Amino acid sequence: MADSPQKPATEVVDTAERGWAYAVGGVVAIVFAVIVYSGLHWAAQPPSNVETIDATQLHVAGEFVEANLGTETRPQPDGSIIVRVIAQQYSFVPSCIVVPADTPITFRVTSPDVIHGFLIAGTNVNSMVVPGFVSEVRAQFDQPGEHLMPCHEYCSVGHAGMWAVVKVLSRSEFNSAYIGEERVSCAR
Amino acid sequence: MHGSSRLILAHFWAAFAVFAVAIPLGVWQMWVRSPLHEWLPNPELYYRAVTAHGTTFAYVFPTLIAMGFGYVACVVSLGRPLHGVRLAWLAYWLVIAGAALALATVAAGDATVLYTFYPPLSGSPNYYLGILIAVVGSWIWVGLMISHFLRWKRDYPGLPVPLAMFATTAGALLWSWTSLGVGAEIIFMILPNAYGWTDTVDPGLARVLFSWTLHAIVYFWLIPAYIAFYTLLPQAAGGRLYSDKMGRVSFLLLLIFSMPIGVHHLYADPQIGAGFKFLHAVFTGMVAVPTLLTIFTICASLEIAGRLRGGRGLLGWVAALPWDRPMVLASAMSLVMLGLGGASGLINMSYALNSTIHNTQWVTGHFHLIYAGAVVIMYFAIAYEFWPHLTGRPLVSLKLVRLQLWTWCIGMLATTLPWHYVGLLGEPRRMAYFDFTNPLMAPQAFWDSMSAISGLILLFSAALLLYILIASHRTPAGVMDTPRLSLAVEPPRSLPRSLNSFGIWILLVAALTIANYGFPIAQFLFVKNSSVPAYSVEAP
Repeated sequence: MADSPQKPATEVVDTAERGWAYAVGGVVAIVFAVIVYSGLHWAAQPPSNVETIDATQLHVAGEFVEANLGTETRPQPDGSIIVRVIAQQYSFVPSCIVVPADTPITFRVTSPDVIHGFLIAGTNVNSMVVPGFVSEVRAQFDQPGEHLMPCHEYCSVGHAGMWAVVKVLSRSEFNSAYIGEERVSCAR
Repeated sequence: MHGSSRLILAHFWAAFAVFAVAIPLGVWQMWVRSPLHEWLPNPELYYRAVTAHGTTFAYVFPTLIAMGFGYVACVVSLGRPLHGVRLAWLAYWLVIAGAALALATVAAGDATVLYTFYPPLSGSPNYYLGILIAVVGSWIWVGLMISHFLRWKRDYPGLPVPLAMFATTAGALLWSWTSLGVGAEIIFMILPNAYGWTDTVDPGLARVLFSWTLHAIVYFWLIPAYIAFYTLLPQAAGGRLYSDKMGRVSFLLLLIFSMPIGVHHLYADPQIGAGFKFLHAVFTGMVAVPTLLTIFTICASLEIAGRLRGGRGLLGWVAALPWDRPMVLASAMSLVMLGLGGASGLINMSYALNSTIHNTQWVTGHFHLIYAGAVVIMYFAIAYEFWPHLTGRPLVSLKLVRLQLWTWCIGMLATTLPWHYVGLLGEPRRMAYFDFTNPLMAPQAFWDSMSAISGLILLFSAALLLYILIASHRTPAGVMDTPRLSLAVEPPRSLPRSLNSFGIWILLVAALTIANYGFPIAQFLFVKNSSVPAYSVEAP
């Protein structure tokens, strides 16, 4: 090889591999940039509140007693509206949720029994519901309409029947429909 | 093959036997929940089938293939007989016994908890015990691989360990470390609860421990396919491996980065804070690096082969490749599926984008495309490659082999691409039936039917595979040449210690594990109220 005009094979291999390594580094850097940008700029953050609750006492006392479930009509100081939901074998309570459009919504969901999933189809609302923890998810619905809300984690034999519905009303429709009520669901 | 053919064949036959049972279960599941079938009167049967399918393909089938192929790599690359053959048989029978116990419990309807366990759901202790026994069996194999690696290095000091053996040892080390997560979950949380020794179980902690295993286990499944890419494909294509060193770097990166990233399965979980989710997202991005390096090296190796066979021009070498050879055909199909599945994986690993598809049918589509597609088709190719050497008989028909590979590839694409789409529409995974009369579900009916029908193609392909393997085992004996592994363009004469041993890398893996999993696990010492009573699913 010494007197050949061609470069030795190892050198060719090394150069090509170095070039590709830079390309790979570039690809990974772009992926990171997109993740950081979407996470910060759109505040697209998965539920990460690490908040525990005694799963055996949910129905007896505290935030998730039945009278406290559903959509609060009175906004929080920051203008957001809280929706509390229980996911249990094999239904959501309430099983038909009504919320106003163009309003920041905070979903607070927990389970008294096993692991469930909380997904509003056609949106980015998606969380595991782990007994012992409260999942908090923030969202805002731009359009009035109806979304399916299935449980997306296997929770034993009745799992496939565990579907709820989210109805999004325009703000004015929501306000006029529920005058004087503190907490609402489709069943009022 | 150095007197090990019976041992290796036993692994492959057991793997394809459980494959033969679990594939029809998967096809049946797609069928009964599609619009082509009425709702199952008893949905428990559906979940029982999912548990059996998942348990087989997560813990039994790939483990047996990895073990069998590990022994192949040992004897072929080291060129000498196995030692510890009795231990190898013990490991084999432990895996078989564990699998039999677990699957019998599932079949009886006593452990319909799905292969992910997810306490506080609780099944019969026999199910978890069976899986634990199978995992312990595989740990014996890990010990044997490490022992072969070390003994060869002792006998040939200073020489590079052959790439196939180096990679197999990397896979064994990866499995030993990552299986500790599920091992700890079963031993310390699930079994004590299933036997009734503890009243409550912490589902959050269980999910964190499971995630320790859940991601790197996929790389344990993948490594035999990558070993075939590096050490079998260039030879089969009639060329040389572009770079032996890059192979070592890729396997080391897989070992390092596949483990401290499991929390990306928990992006949507409430028990992990945003910081650690983000940290794991960053490390998940790093694990794309070895795959991108591998794709480059493999394409370059194929180009060498194509040009040696007279291919000219920018892409002429592609047409010049020997596409009639199963290893070449299967590898190309595998790379196509790996590319598509990798693209959907990038969305899963994206900290924010994941919210759109988390736990939907998209995820099922993703991992079937990568594992059942890209990886399993390479398991087929490995079996076809070594069947003649193991049985001493030629394959019954290369034409049938190609038909089998084509039907598997097309069937898997046609099954999983619609799954991605319905997942985007919000169809959850793991459902025994859907109400397609609901106008909001109706758009998914067509695509679910397409997956169900494609399942029949896969069923045909699986049957064909079994026919070929059985028939090839019964043809008259012939004279088989000795199996050979690919040579590199520049076979390494000596290597730096870092590319010829694992000591320093094991330390790095341990350090990264502590950094990335230390707090997410330790936090459960401090959180209150997070333990809950178990919910039994055992038949009354």
